[in-house]
Amino acid sequence: MTGPHPVGLSIRGAVKVYPGTRALKGVDFDIRMGAVNVLVGENGAGKSTLMKVIAGVEDLTEGEILMDGRPVVFRSKEDAVAAGIGIVFQELNLFPDLTVAENVFIGREPLRLGFDIDKGEMARRTQALMRRLEQDIRPEQVLGYLRIGQQQIIEIAKALAEDARILILDEPTSALSPQEVEVLFRVIGELTAQGVGVVYISHRLEELIRIGDYITVLRDGAITGSRGMAGVDIPWIVQAMIGDKSKDYSAGISHAFGAEVFRAEDVSLPKPGGGYAVDHVSLSVRAGEILGLYGLMGAGRTEFLECVMAQHPRATGRMFVGDRPLRGDVAARIARGIALVPEDRKRDGLIQILSVRENLTLSSLKALSIGPHLSLRAEAARAADYIRRLVIKVASAENPVSSLSGGNQQKVVIGKALMTGPKILLMDEPSRGIDIGAKAEIYRAMRRLAAEGIAILFVTSDIEEVMGLADRILVMAEGRLVREFPAGAPAAEIIAAANTKKQREHAA
Amino acid sequence: MSAASIDAPGHAPSRAWLLLLLRARTFVALILVLAYFSWAAPNFLSVANAVLVSKHVAINAFLAIGMTFVIITGGIDLSVGSVVGLTGMITGWLVLHGIDPGFGWSIQFNTFEIAAIACACGILVGAINGLLITRFNVAPFIATLGMLYVARGAALLLSDGRTFPNLNGNPEYGSATFPLIGTGQMLGIPVMIWLLALTVALSSYIAHRTRLGRNIYAVGGNERGAALSGVNVRRVKMFVYMFSGLMAALVGIIIASQLRASHPATGEFFELNAIAAAVLGGTSMSGGRGRIGGTIVGAFVIGILSDGLIMMGVSSFWQMVIKGLVIIAAVVIDQLQSRLQARVALAQEAAG
Repeated sequence: MTGPHPVGLSIRGAVKVYPGTRALKGVDFDIRMGAVNVLVGENGAGKSTLMKVIAGVEDLTEGEILMDGRPVVFRSKEDAVAAGIGIVFQELNLFPDLTVAENVFIGREPLRLGFDIDKGEMARRTQALMRRLEQDIRPEQVLGYLRIGQQQIIEIAKALAEDARILILDEPTSALSPQEVEVLFRVIGELTAQGVGVVYISHRLEELIRIGDYITVLRDGAITGSRGMAGVDIPWIVQAMIGDKSKDYSAGISHAFGAEVFRAEDVSLPKPGGGYAVDHVSLSVRAGEILGLYGLMGAGRTEFLECVMAQHPRATGRMFVGDRPLRGDVAARIARGIALVPEDRKRDGLIQILSVRENLTLSSLKALSIGPHLSLRAEAARAADYIRRLVIKVASAENPVSSLSGGNQQKVVIGKALMTGPKILLMDEPSRGIDIGAKAEIYRAMRRLAAEGIAILFVTSDIEEVMGLADRILVMAEGRLVREFPAGAPAAEIIAAANTKKQREHAA
Repeated sequence: MSAASIDAPGHAPSRAWLLLLLRARTFVALILVLAYFSWAAPNFLSVANAVLVSKHVAINAFLAIGMTFVIITGGIDLSVGSVVGLTGMITGWLVLHGIDPGFGWSIQFNTFEIAAIACACGILVGAINGLLITRFNVAPFIATLGMLYVARGAALLLSDGRTFPNLNGNPEYGSATFPLIGTGQMLGIPVMIWLLALTVALSSYIAHRTRLGRNIYAVGGNERGAALSGVNVRRVKMFVYMFSGLMAALVGIIIASQLRASHPATGEFFELNAIAAAVLGGTSMSGGRGRIGGTIVGAFVIGILSDGLIMMGVSSFWQMVIKGLVIIAAVVIDQLQSRLQARVALAQEAAG
């Protein structure tokens, strides 16, 4: 259906430079009205940057934005909103304790006499929006009681309430159930019929092919493919996304694997709303093996690692380190040789206010103590040792860890995990939010650790990462392990596996 | 966090000096207050006055040390003032009546046992606070606010609101030494100051040279991160509230001993002075930052300020205004310092 859709907004020669990186390298991108413009690319390819530029959150370093043929400049988000651009970010920006109507009109409440909020008007307009979105949600409902999917719809309603002519949806379906996805797609269909230009960003390729009219693929800040959706299939998208280049992070260290180190049997985690976040997952890792757990966001990968690390008391199933079952609290599990490098460094990995030294040794204080007495000298020596071994760039081990760059912070988290002398290292998105150079260093470190006999289980949604690093690849979708691949399996098949489950669910 | 971080690459010596000055601000303030009152108030520098002031300071310092640990974990303990009153009344009851099981005879205790029981009661109240916070997820402010009322009410109930007078002890029971806790001297220095010195040494040791201490800072800095690193967050929180309860009990005993009487209203608003001393000493209300040494200096600034102002004959109304201003100024400067410190650390990393 590559009909005559007028171009509503276009970007020409967009260049965006951040300190140290070029996020966009001369990107041309058109948003066609009355159609779904799909944008796809690996993590860090520049999708978010491009959208932030369009939404007025970031400025362009070079290049221009044209609307209806005339160049426009968005100095702030308000400018973009005034020009009719609405954006729904992946993270919800809502207030759980306010009502639906209050959320929809937050910051732009209809006023009487300039100060009195017109609640009736607000409720009426919210009601109309809900009808347009086919939702049976009352305006006076408190938002926090709605399901995540419904909250996402409220975000969309918020953008529509601002009379958005261009609506940007950043990974809108990662939190939605299949039924809610259907509703969202119907809503998108109606919006495009009304002439709204939709930009749709997702990692779910099946979904993109189903809903998109035009597709644009970004790789490393440049466009690698842009065409109408007719005739597009998953292999084409994957080809455009990752190209022919095969990055070699392994540096050719090959070694034999040892005995099984960790085994999980039937690990399950029930979801609050029914169903399973982790659905009877069984896997095992051998010493010296790097096992990659690939899956899209919301596939239950992080939750699985959290189950291993005793973060979910309601999780069921059995886990073994060596031949002995794994039980107890976090400290007990660390003592058994499990170490976790969490996904979110800021929230879970580091104590920002403490120094690099204090962060490095936090999990290993017992080994540095005699009874209750903590040996500061042994601690400083151990910290200096790990700073050297992991090549952490830091002026002084006493500086707060928050003053380091992302890559060096990640090395501190890894150092903390390694200091406990783990048999198996769990890594959740080990290269998230760090630059290319630091990434390569972390990959090299992972290879070296595996060669030293540590088992590594890492989780990622980056196809290149899993292909370049893993000795064996497990694909997870909707809480279940769906397929296993050996190293060197074709990317298209791995990506398809991460998507297939979804499809079967639809049919059912 | 420590002084070691500023002697690295010194291309901004003036900024490093400013930072040092800011970091030692409580100490600078202490010297300024001391100097001012020595000049302005006659007899301020006499030995007798120094002893008197340090006794006043000690009362607040005990509570402030307990409070510092609690605040470092990101919590607050509003119940300490009431626990001072409650443990004081328990002490008074034990000295006067012992325990009467209701069979026509009673159990009497010696001084050491009385103090131990009162301390145990303080720790118990702290444990209840801790349980409410760790097991029932009650916000520390609310849990300890409730305990503030409960403990005060219990103190009043013990005597129907009356004072237990004449707590001189009884040589037959071995409690005649009771008044010495608050009034006795060893080597010319009051017993309670020795007690304080011991407490300061112990708590500084806990804070800086033990796993427990490091875990306290970690929990306050990022509770989730600490838990994922294997820190037993509940145990750490239980400890700080129990320790705070113990400090309150010590103060209750000391005051009862000093006055040889215990009054159920003793300790009202003490929690606010303790919080003020901790904050003045650089403890961050958002958790993760604070030092015992800083808190002690903070307690001295507050103590000297109020005693000095009294000696100068400043009206008590003005005293309150001045005390409040000093606390606010301390926090404002604290914010400036942490911003500057972050900038210096970033500059170092950029240069390195």
